[in-house]
Amino acid sequence: MKTTFLDFEQPIAELEAKIEELRYVQDDSAVDISEEIDRLKKKVQGLTKDIYAKLTPWQISQVARHPQRPYTLDYIEAMFTDFHELHGDRSYADDPSVVGGLARFNGQACMVLGHQKGRDVKERTLRNFGMPRPEGYRKALRLMHTAEKFKLPLLTFVDTPGAYPGIGAEERGQSEAIGHNLFAMAGLTVPIITTVIGEGGSGGALAIAMGDTVLMLQYSTYSVISPEGCASILWKSAEKAPEAAEILGITAPRLKTLGLIDKIVSEPQGGAHRDPAAAAQTLKKALAEALRHLADVPTEKLLKTRYERLMQYGKFEEQAA
Amino acid sequence: MSWLDKLLPPKIQRDGARSVKSMPEGLWVKCPSCETALFSTDLSNNAQVCPKCNHHLRINARERLDLLLDAEGRFEIGADVRPVDSLKFKDSKKYPDRLKEAAASTGETDALVVMQGAMNTLPVVAAAFEFDFMGGSMGSVVGERFARGVTTAIEQKLPFISITASGGARMQEGLLSLLQMAKTTAALQRLAERRLPYISVLTDPTMGGVSASFAFMGDVVIAEPGALIGFAGPRVIEQTVREKLPEGFQRAEFLMEKGAIDMIVDRRELKAKITRLLALMQALPADAFQAA
Repeated sequence: MKTTFLDFEQPIAELEAKIEELRYVQDDSAVDISEEIDRLKKKVQGLTKDIYAKLTPWQISQVARHPQRPYTLDYIEAMFTDFHELHGDRSYADDPSVVGGLARFNGQACMVLGHQKGRDVKERTLRNFGMPRPEGYRKALRLMHTAEKFKLPLLTFVDTPGAYPGIGAEERGQSEAIGHNLFAMAGLTVPIITTVIGEGGSGGALAIAMGDTVLMLQYSTYSVISPEGCASILWKSAEKAPEAAEILGITAPRLKTLGLIDKIVSEPQGGAHRDPAAAAQTLKKALAEALRHLADVPTEKLLKTRYERLMQYGKFEEQAA
Repeated sequence: MSWLDKLLPPKIQRDGARSVKSMPEGLWVKCPSCETALFSTDLSNNAQVCPKCNHHLRINARERLDLLLDAEGRFEIGADVRPVDSLKFKDSKKYPDRLKEAAASTGETDALVVMQGAMNTLPVVAAAFEFDFMGGSMGSVVGERFARGVTTAIEQKLPFISITASGGARMQEGLLSLLQMAKTTAALQRLAERRLPYISVLTDPTMGGVSASFAFMGDVVIAEPGALIGFAGPRVIEQTVREKLPEGFQRAEFLMEKGAIDMIVDRRELKAKITRLLALMQALPADAFQAA
């Protein structure tokens, strides 16, 4: 598949195009230009490295939403075996923007769960751009309880612009569905490992993200509101999104510094979509390590640690009245 | 100073003095619903409910707690917890400046007031949102005060009551404000494990991160008449679906019809209603409480 380049990647795109051109010429040419191609390839690598070394938060959020970025099902395919997708919330519908099911991770039985975006126009519509409706969250809740029942660790993958703001979603209790998941995860008696793989959009993300360990891919984002949403509220203009992205603190390094996530999982040069297999392999190692740390923790201690972790979220000062 | 004021502990006296939001006497207020000009003292004496059309006007946190809690034996929880600007957040204004302005206009230090007290002699912990403080938005201080309130309820085996009026999470605190949804709800999960009652009262408006965390987790979920309650704001929904929203969409009566809440209760009957529910949920005899 041809790589889609983002605005700020245009210099890379131009070089790549040139390489393509040379390759084409080389096929029916007597002159050996492979040296020239190698030189350009090195240049591309250097350029990519330079550009990606100083991405702004806004540019990172573009990478997080890249149309070719690996999605939950891609990671499931690459990291898990024996995956059996489970469907439906048992009371209204199956929401394809949330996927989950039983699977094996390095042979170990577990439950996986994640937001799912679509690759082409048709699938994007089907998956509602990764924006769940209440039935998606209720399916997630059902799978959480199944995991608990059979003492299976729960691995969740976050990639959503947010919960869907629609009429039907409100009628069927979007708020209750999200709140209920937070409530359930607070007391779930199995380890929860959350990875933000793309966009971590607000409450719609948090509803499956209350992990005992929270990982973030290097170029993913996690935020209380989208930069565009924040900009249109505070500056009354969505064009201020780059400023909003800067100030909201949505990138993995920033959130790690703030102590709100546990680990940053590095991505291949130029982002996970440039080498999905390598991205999955790195993530798989990080997940294995996280699982190992949580595997033998007694339930009581697991819940106590989770509770303490949740209770320490917050920055404030105490003033004597 | 009246004899009652003299009897009250100093903290509550100060609290009374701080509610600058309550209208000075002799002011006329127009009901936002029926547009009748109302004498503000009449409105205050009627729990900020329009005597003509029963429209429930917004009410500040301390006035709310005055309506619900008995005058005796209350004390505030987490009042010393104060906001900080951890992100150095600045849009058109700096976050600390917004905090200062909100404090000046409301007399509060953040958007939640939590008190331990009694309702018709039944001990409870109650948390009320101050909507006029940055839209009742939930940041670290709201989350911490809420969690401390729930923790007090757990330690003293008391029911917990929340009265929400909030636009959602506080953007100026970034992801930290989102995580308050997890924190508050996790605290209530512990309360539920101990089989202590939680009553959630949704008032106008209850939206976003507050709506989508603890607000619907009540054993009983009550709404005030006409209150706007939902996840996404009406404007956002309209822009997304590009159609006109149905009449009464996201109003308390709409939620009642959809099965999202247990009941709609008039503000003037709220205290009596909650007291009775609490007595039942704690399996107390019908004469376990005394109405004032």
